[in-house]
Amino acid sequence: MSRRRTFVIGAWLGAVALAALIAVDARYLTDLSAFLPEHPTPAQRLLIDQLRTGPGSRLLLVALQGGDARARAGVSIGMARRLRADPEFSRVENGEELAAERDRAFLFEHRYLLSEAVTPEHFSVVGLRAALSDTVADLASPGGLALAPLAARDPTGEMLRIVDRLSRLRRPRTEDGVWVSADGARTLLVAETAAEGSDTDADERAIAAIRAAFDAARRESPGSAALDLVMSGPGVFAVDSRARIERAVVRLSIASSALVIAVLLAAYRSPAALLLGLLPVATGALAGVAAVARGFGAVHGITLGFGITLIGEAVDYSIYFFIQSMRGAPAAEPGVAPWERRLWPTLRLGMLTSVCGFSTLLAAGFPGLAQLGAYSISGLLAAAAVTRFVLPELVPRGFAVRDLGPAGARIERRLGAVRRAGSAALWTGALALACLALIVLFRARAGLWARELSSLSPIPMAAQKLYERLRGDLGAPDSLDLVVVTGDTQEAVLRGAERAAGALEPLIDRHVIGGFDSPANYLPSLAVQAARRASLPPPDVLGPDLERAARGLALDAGRLTPFLSDVEAARRSSLLTERDLQGTSLAAGLHALMLRQSGRWSALLPLYAPAGAAPRIDLARVGAALAAAGAGDARLVDLKRESDALYAAYLHEALRASLAGLLAIVVLLALALRSLTRAAHVLAPLGLAVLVVAAALALCKVPLTLLHLVGMLLIVAVGSNYALFFDARQAGDGQSALTLASLCLANLCTVIAFGLLCLSQVPVLEALGTTVAPGAFLALLFAALLTPRAGRGAGVERHA
Amino acid sequence: MSRLPLMALLPLLWVSLGAASAGAGDLDAVMSLLAAHRHARVDFVEQHFLAVLKRPVESFGIMTYDAPGRLEKRTVEPRIESLVLDGGTLTIERGGHTRTVDLASHPQILPFVESLRATLAGDRAALERAFRVEFAGTVARWTLTLTPDDPGIARTVARVRIEGSRDDLLTVEILEVDGDRSLMTLRDHQGS
Repeated sequence: MSRRRTFVIGAWLGAVALAALIAVDARYLTDLSAFLPEHPTPAQRLLIDQLRTGPGSRLLLVALQGGDARARAGVSIGMARRLRADPEFSRVENGEELAAERDRAFLFEHRYLLSEAVTPEHFSVVGLRAALSDTVADLASPGGLALAPLAARDPTGEMLRIVDRLSRLRRPRTEDGVWVSADGARTLLVAETAAEGSDTDADERAIAAIRAAFDAARRESPGSAALDLVMSGPGVFAVDSRARIERAVVRLSIASSALVIAVLLAAYRSPAALLLGLLPVATGALAGVAAVARGFGAVHGITLGFGITLIGEAVDYSIYFFIQSMRGAPAAEPGVAPWERRLWPTLRLGMLTSVCGFSTLLAAGFPGLAQLGAYSISGLLAAAAVTRFVLPELVPRGFAVRDLGPAGARIERRLGAVRRAGSAALWTGALALACLALIVLFRARAGLWARELSSLSPIPMAAQKLYERLRGDLGAPDSLDLVVVTGDTQEAVLRGAERAAGALEPLIDRHVIGGFDSPANYLPSLAVQAARRASLPPPDVLGPDLERAARGLALDAGRLTPFLSDVEAARRSSLLTERDLQGTSLAAGLHALMLRQSGRWSALLPLYAPAGAAPRIDLARVGAALAAAGAGDARLVDLKRESDALYAAYLHEALRASLAGLLAIVVLLALALRSLTRAAHVLAPLGLAVLVVAAALALCKVPLTLLHLVGMLLIVAVGSNYALFFDARQAGDGQSALTLASLCLANLCTVIAFGLLCLSQVPVLEALGTTVAPGAFLALLFAALLTPRAGRGAGVERHA
Repeated sequence: MSRLPLMALLPLLWVSLGAASAGAGDLDAVMSLLAAHRHARVDFVEQHFLAVLKRPVESFGIMTYDAPGRLEKRTVEPRIESLVLDGGTLTIERGGHTRTVDLASHPQILPFVESLRATLAGDRAALERAFRVEFAGTVARWTLTLTPDDPGIARTVARVRIEGSRDDLLTVEILEVDGDRSLMTLRDHQGS
C-alpha cells in the first residue's frame, strides 16, 4: 500500500514536472494564424501571405480627426517628420511632396525606358511628327508655359505620358499639403514598419512610436488640443488581439478559478478538499499545454483561452469523487473500493465520450481547432487519471467533506414535483420543444451560419469596419479582386504582369474595370526596357528624321539638340533594376505589389471597380480577356470570395467532424451500456439541449460560426457526464440525492467557467461561452427530467 | 563689386516709389470695384511666346468666375481642356483624365492661377500674401504688376502683369525668367 502510494505520487509529480518544463519552454503564438489553414491552395496561400507577411501587413493606417483641418495638417507633418527619423519605419507617407522632386528627376532621366509609347514607329518620321504636333498643342494650352522648359528635351511628351499614367492611380485627396479623407474630416498618414509583418513586438513598438509622435507634434502645434488619433491595420490588430487574448486568458482564468474556488469552498467547507479537488484540473491544464507544445511545436494563445473550458469539465471529476465517494465513508473502512467499483466506470465512460468528441477536432485543417482538440483530450485524460489514481492516495484518513445529501434531497424534491407530470408527459414536452427548436432553425436556415472568414477573427467587428473605412479613405482598391502572376524570377512575373496589363487595358475603356495597378508601372521588365531602348534611333538617323518631322510645325527643330543628346544618353544607358528605384516613391509602389515567398515571385495587379453603376467587377469578363490575350500565367483571385470559400471549407469540415464525433459517441455509449435504448436515453437530453441553444442563438440573430459548433460538441461532451450519472443511478445505484448534489455543483462550476467567456472581448471565446454555458445547464436539467427512473418508468429501459 | 547692381536698382526704386505714391488709393478703389463684381464670363485668347517655338502658338476658350473662389478656364482650341480652381484645389481635365492638385502642395502653380483669382476677387490681402503688388495708372485704365515673393517661384516666374479698366480685366501677361511668356487677352463673352 505504502509502496504503491509512493510510486503513484512519485510518477504523478514526475509527470507534472516534465509537463511544466515543456510548458515553460514552449513557444506561444498570438498572431491570427490559429484560424488559417495549414495546407492552403495557391490562392489561399496568397491570402495568408497577404495577411501575415505581405506588404499590406506592414502598413499602419493613421487618421487624425477632430479640430480644424489646418491644425490636423500641422500635426500630420510634425508626426511624419519624427516617424521618418525612426528606424522602426521603412516608409512614412502623409501626402507631403517630399519625394516628388526626386521622383520627377528619376522619371525624367529614365523616361525612354519607362514610357510605354517608346516603339520604333514612335521614332519614325511619321511618329515623331504626330508626337511633336501634340506637344505644340500642349504648349498652346494654359499649362504650356510650365511645360516649355521641358519641351526642348522632351518634345515627344514622354514625361507627361508617364506622369499621366501614374496619376491615374487613385490617391487620397490632398488639403493643406497633406492627405485627407474624401469628406475632409480626417487627415491621413501611412507608416510602413521596417520589421516583418508577423513581428508583433515590433508592431507594438511602432504603435507606441506613433502615439509618442502624435503627442509631441500636438504639443508644438497650437489649436490641436481637440485632435484625436485613430490607428488601424494588421499590426494594430495583431497587437490588440494579442492584448485582448492575453487579457481574456489571464483575467478570465483568474476570475473563473476564483469563482469556482469560492463555490467549491462553500460546498465542501474544507480547504484541504478544495486544494485536492483542484489538482486534477491543474494537472490537466499543464498536460494539455505540454501535449500541444510537443505535438504542434507552438501553442496558440487562443488555445489557452479555450483551456478555461477544461476547468469546466475537469473540475467535475473531483467533485464527483469527493461528494459521491466520501459520503459517510467511515474512517475505519480501508481503501476506496466502492468508488472504484461504482463511480469510476461512469466517470470513465463520460470522459471517454468527451475524448471521442474532441478527437474529431484533431484532424481539423487549421491549428486553432486541432490544438483545442489535443489540449482537451490530453487535459481530460490527465485530469481523470489524477482523480482515479492520485486523489485516493492523497486523501487523508478520516477525511470528509460536508454531506451534501440534504441539499441534493431538496433539489430532488423540486424535480420530483415536475416529474410527477409523468414520464410520458415529459417526453412529449421534450419532443414538442425539439420540434419548436427545429422549426426556428429551419426558418432561420438562410442566415444560420456566418459565411465569412472574418467571423473567426479575434478582431471585433468595429475594428474591422474602421480598417475598411481608413483603407477607403486612402484610395486602396475597394474591391479585393486581384490578378496574380506567379513565377520563378522577378523578371518573369514582371513580364507576366505586362501581358496581363495588355489584356486589362481595353477593359478600362469598356467600363468593365475602373483601372488597375501593376508592379510593371513602377519597374518595367528588362525585356520591355531593352525593347524600348532598342527602338531609339542612333543620332545620325534621329537628327535628319527630326528635321523632316518638324517641317511646317511651330516647333523649332534647331532648338531640340538637348532632345538628341538625351536620346543618345538613353541609348547608352543601362536598364533599370529594383536597386535604381531606391529613394523614390516608386520603390514603395513596386514593393507593395510584389511578393516573394519561398523562392517564388508573385506580381499583384489590384483591380479597381468601375465608377458609377456597377459596383462589382464582372470577373468572368476579366477572366475571358486574360485568357484571350494568352496571359495564361495570370490568375484572377477574388480575395473576398477566396477567404469566404476557405471558411466554408472549414465549416464543412467541422460539420463533418462533429457528425463523426457524434457517431463515435453513439457507438461508444451503445457498446459501453450494451443497449441502444439506454444510449438513446443518455443522448436525448443532450441533443435537446443542443437544439434549444442553437434555436435560441438563431432567435437572437447570432450567425453561427465554427466556434458555436465546437461549443455544441462541448455541450455533448460535458452533458454526457450528467446523463451517464443519471443513467447509472437509474440502473441500480440508489444514492440519488448525493449524485444530484454533485451534478448540480459540477454544473454550476461549468456554467461559471463558460459564462465568464461571454464577457471576453475575443469574439471566438465569446461564441464558445454563449453556447456552452446555457447548453450545459439545459443538458443537466433535461437529463434530470428525462432519464427514466428506476422502478417508476416503464421497465423496458432496464437492460443492464 | 562693381557699381552696376546699385545702378540697376535705381530705376526700380523710382518705379516702385512712384507707383506707391500714385496708386495707393486707386488700387483700393479698383479692388473694391472688382470685389463687387460677383460673376464674370469672358472669352479669352492666349498666346505663348516660347523659345522652342519658331512662332507663337495660340489657344482660346471661355473663362468663368464666381466670387469668391471659383475660376474655370475652359480651352476649346487647339484641344479641349478644363481647369477649375475651387478654393484650394485645382482640377485639371484633359484627354478624358481628371487630375486634382492641391495648391498648398504645389506653390509653383500659384502665379498662374492665384494671381488671376485674387485679382478677380478684389482680394488685396491674398495678392499681397503671394506677391509684391505694384499698381500703376488710374481706375479707368490700370496695370497691376505682381512679383512672386517666394524665392522658389521667383526662380521661374519673373512677374505677372494684369491690365484692366475699372472692374474689367483686359490682358494677363506672365513673364518667365527664361524669357518665355504668355499673353492672355480677355473680352466679354460672345454668344451663349
